[in-house]
Amino acid sequence: MDVLLHQILSGLATGGIYASVALALVMIYQATHLVNFAQGELAMFATYIAWSLIQAGVPYWAAFFLTVAIAFALGVVIERVIVQPVEDKPILAVVIVFIALLVILNSLAGWIFTYTIKPFPSPFPTAPLFGNRYVSSHELGSIGITLVVLALIFVFFRFTPLGLAMRAAAQNPVSSRLVGIRVGWMLALGWGLAAAIGAVAGIMVAPTVFLEPNMMSGILLYAFAAALLGGIDSPGGAVLGGFIVGVLENVVGSIIGTELKLTVALVLIVGVLVIRPSGLFGKVHVTRV
Amino acid sequence: MATKVLEVRALKAQYGPTKVLHGMDFGVEDGGITTILGANGAGKTTTLRAVCGMVRTQGEITFAGTRIDGRVTESIVRLGVAHVPDGRGTFVNLSVEENLRLGAHTRRDKTEIAADFERMYGYFPRLKERRRQQAGTLSGGEQQMLAVSRALMLRPRLLLLDEPSFGLAPRIVQELFEIFRVINQTDRVSMLLVEQNAAMALRLADHAYLLETGRVLISGSADELGRDESIRRSYLGY
Repeated sequence: MDVLLHQILSGLATGGIYASVALALVMIYQATHLVNFAQGELAMFATYIAWSLIQAGVPYWAAFFLTVAIAFALGVVIERVIVQPVEDKPILAVVIVFIALLVILNSLAGWIFTYTIKPFPSPFPTAPLFGNRYVSSHELGSIGITLVVLALIFVFFRFTPLGLAMRAAAQNPVSSRLVGIRVGWMLALGWGLAAAIGAVAGIMVAPTVFLEPNMMSGILLYAFAAALLGGIDSPGGAVLGGFIVGVLENVVGSIIGTELKLTVALVLIVGVLVIRPSGLFGKVHVTRV
Repeated sequence: MATKVLEVRALKAQYGPTKVLHGMDFGVEDGGITTILGANGAGKTTTLRAVCGMVRTQGEITFAGTRIDGRVTESIVRLGVAHVPDGRGTFVNLSVEENLRLGAHTRRDKTEIAADFERMYGYFPRLKERRRQQAGTLSGGEQQMLAVSRALMLRPRLLLLDEPSFGLAPRIVQELFEIFRVINQTDRVSMLLVEQNAAMALRLADHAYLLETGRVLISGSADELGRDESIRRSYLGY
């Protein structure tokens, strides 16, 4: 029982990471109807920036917020410079740009920072909080931070004029232009936010998986599974999907062995696509013919 | 002659290789209502889209003294041109209230915006009843009311109306056109109205253009065109 409880709690911690990355994927998907394959590598690259800052002597939390800001700017620049020119090109062209971005960021990180695995500090104490036996301080802390980020994103989209304009631009670009919304900038802002969320996820997961250029590849797969499970066009669904996938992965992994953990994600992806392609909370698209 | 809020010269427009407008000249007087009439495919919708920068154009378009041809839609809208598009352009997943708030996206005067909300709900009480409802669930007539209100939330100088009567019950059309008149007179919003319902349009407008395959065939005061028996029979169909 103790073991199971422990598995569930640490599953929630990694689930929070998956939830963040899944949310970033869904945000881009809603605006462009495309899945950004480079989302994980963007997060990895941002984590390296945080690492460099900490190495240079910047205090942890200063480095944290600075990295989030840099990731945001990086996301905006990438959208404006690389994605925007191919926006109205065929889907395959855009997908190739995303994959190119993935490879470029990955190689760039390897080239600049080498492929050597690096330890990454956690801001939380090493001793478990409140003397509990089930969950480490880092796990608890990263669940907390994930929830704060998700709450902030929710408030931003639900209650601010800019959030409303971004939702409008994603849904109906033509009408958005007709009320004066600069749709191109809304997309860039979406990329910036997605990159910022990814950066937080990367920084939170790095102490557990260690920092290396391929650290996000597995996580991106789980995040895909999470986004699909929740419904690729449902932000709330993606978040819930992230936590479900995290727990499932941990519990099933402890039963069938860690080697087969990644299979859980793949089985989920295929399962969802076969049984319920719209996911738990996604909209079923009905087209009039 | 009164000054023109919109003046268009030698306007040409095309979708890909298909030419739709072949050099149109027309205008809207400041505070006036101009209507463009014509059969399906004559280029009425394209004319409105051209004014808003939604299609590639050649020719001069001047709004309130500023050249707007070649500008992007967002910038033209920000100058004070509101467009009630063909198909109504509802943000179907957002609430009625959010749709209206988006209409005021470019404005920062909070108290005035709040007053405009009340004004729209005064024009269209149905929208107030349904303000929390998802806009996609409204009826066609209600969505048209919403589209007009959303456009007015911009506080435009010029309102472009693309077939506002389309698919609506006659009683609702009457109601809508009454409100157009009120808005025109009390707020001095100039209007460019594209319509299939020529009789309604000519009664509202002061000036009319008859369009045939991308060219202005006849223009004149709305009264004149409405009274001319042969034009009415041949082109307006009533």
